[in-house]
Amino acid sequence: MVLIKINEMFKSYPIGKGKFTALKNIDLKFEKGEFTGIVGPSGSGKTTLLNIIGSLDVQTEGKVEVMGNEVKSLSAKQSSRLRSEHIGFIFQTYNLLPVYTVYENVEFPLILLGMSAVERKKAVSDALKWVGLTDKIKSRPAQLSGGECQRVAIARAIVKKPSLVLADEPTANLDAENSHHILKTMKKLNEELGTTFIFSTHDAKVISYLKRKITLVDGKVANDEIINGG
Amino acid sequence: MILKLATKNILGAGLRTWLNIFILSLSYFVIIALQGFYVGWQDDAAREMKNWNLAGGQYWQETYDPYDPFTLENSHSIIPEELQKKIDSGEAISILFAPATIYPDGRMRNIVLKGIDPNQSLIELPTKYLVNSNNEINCIIGSGFADNLNIKQGDYIVLRWRDKNGTYDARDIKVSHIFSTTVITVESNQVWISLPILQEMLDLPNEATIITIKDEMFDQEITGWQYKNLDILLIDLTNMIKAKTIGSSIMYILMLFLAMLAIFDTQVLAIFRRRKEIGTMMAMGMTRPKIIQLFTLEGILHAILAIFMGAVYGIPLLNHFQKVGMQIGMDAKEWGLSGLDDALYPVYGWKLVLGTIVLVLITITVVSFLPTRKIAKLKPTDALRGKMTK
Repeated sequence: MVLIKINEMFKSYPIGKGKFTALKNIDLKFEKGEFTGIVGPSGSGKTTLLNIIGSLDVQTEGKVEVMGNEVKSLSAKQSSRLRSEHIGFIFQTYNLLPVYTVYENVEFPLILLGMSAVERKKAVSDALKWVGLTDKIKSRPAQLSGGECQRVAIARAIVKKPSLVLADEPTANLDAENSHHILKTMKKLNEELGTTFIFSTHDAKVISYLKRKITLVDGKVANDEIINGG
Repeated sequence: MILKLATKNILGAGLRTWLNIFILSLSYFVIIALQGFYVGWQDDAAREMKNWNLAGGQYWQETYDPYDPFTLENSHSIIPEELQKKIDSGEAISILFAPATIYPDGRMRNIVLKGIDPNQSLIELPTKYLVNSNNEINCIIGSGFADNLNIKQGDYIVLRWRDKNGTYDARDIKVSHIFSTTVITVESNQVWISLPILQEMLDLPNEATIITIKDEMFDQEITGWQYKNLDILLIDLTNMIKAKTIGSSIMYILMLFLAMLAIFDTQVLAIFRRRKEIGTMMAMGMTRPKIIQLFTLEGILHAILAIFMGAVYGIPLLNHFQKVGMQIGMDAKEWGLSGLDDALYPVYGWKLVLGTIVLVLITITVVSFLPTRKIAKLKPTDALRGKMTK
């Protein structure tokens, strides 16, 4: 089942009187259950591509369809709804809400979905079990290590059981041990829940876990290959 | 949901929140305290003026104009029957005015000679000292006026007046009592004597200039007389207090401005400092209007919490002021402030408290909302990178 369809997509930014084209003529399809990495050097357009897929940004030209929704034609409210219901985000700098506890951070997306307190409690506790943080529910982000923060961010991304998780450089701020731990967790979620994961990364450790690797160079797809046995 | 999130956010901000709340509570307190003093002053002054001079209202002889001394000589008429009935039953008193001159220590001073029934009990003026003895004319004067003329109780002063036919006459009168009052309108340049004596001196039997009545509701139309209710009689005081209140509004505006600044600054800083947080909320599917609501509500919650903090220290302090009053530290009469005692006793009505709360809340709501409009322009991708969208 095709989850995301991208056709002849361009993304440009105005710079002074001219413009900078971050993505050029992108044609990609992503199936449900993929564990895909978008790799490439800094400035190659990885984050821009993820932002457009996540409807945080829109393309300049071409067509992007995410779960049947044309990203460019969505209103702000509709794209918020798409993200709220179907997409989880994991950021390089974790982006946890600092005044909330671990439990409250993970609970936040469920509050936006209007879930009842009982349902929220069960979902949060399941998500924290997944990432192995049940003993830290009352801690605040400032009291956690980088690895723990990223695990909270993963729990927050998967707690609503989204179809798609977009992870922007999820291991960039982590040491090797924590990186592997995080990747194993995500891989397990992908296999057991069928959640589609799309990463942006230039971390070699991540690549060893991927099923598909898309290489971007100067905003163009330089290579798209099935790896590690797909 | 928004309320829960807003509460968590502001309580999570710790000291910064409590500092803002304290400043806001100070605004509530100062505004209520200041306005309370003005309300207290108005109430006190109005009460004193009613007790000493106005009672429930007055009928003025139609030509009488307190602002035109030249009308005094002719402002008198026979007391109408309807009012005479009231006087006879003790529900009104008649007062006759006449221009006159006194010569204390050989100096000349123009005064208003006022005749009043010595047996009246409608106003607090101590008229019992006007009862004659030994064929003398007794008079009473206010302490401020007496000090001014260096007159003491028991002194004799020469009084010169003109009767209705224009004939001048003069006589020594005895200062039988010097009374102390806060009401300038019964003592400034005034000498009070017995009404029957003044009527005889002026050859105006049964005539009066004003009739002061007990009953506020008695406003029957009487030919040749104008009824003045308390609203009209107290208009000068009300206007003066209104003018003073406007003057004090600088403090009022300053406190409100301080509160606005505290919240505006907090909001601007919060939006700037928390732009990554805003980006994260957007990424998780929170709509911009909801985020604006959240930030505005955070500002409003400061103002609501400030009500409680203000109540903690404000209620005991305001009660204390109400009990001991505030010493003015000057002779109010020298400043031309009628009805004002040595201390001001504030009055805090529910209208004042509620009005202040509503005013501060509305102001804070507007001030909280204004900076959040920036969120509407914020792109999620910029916010996530910690940038402000231009």
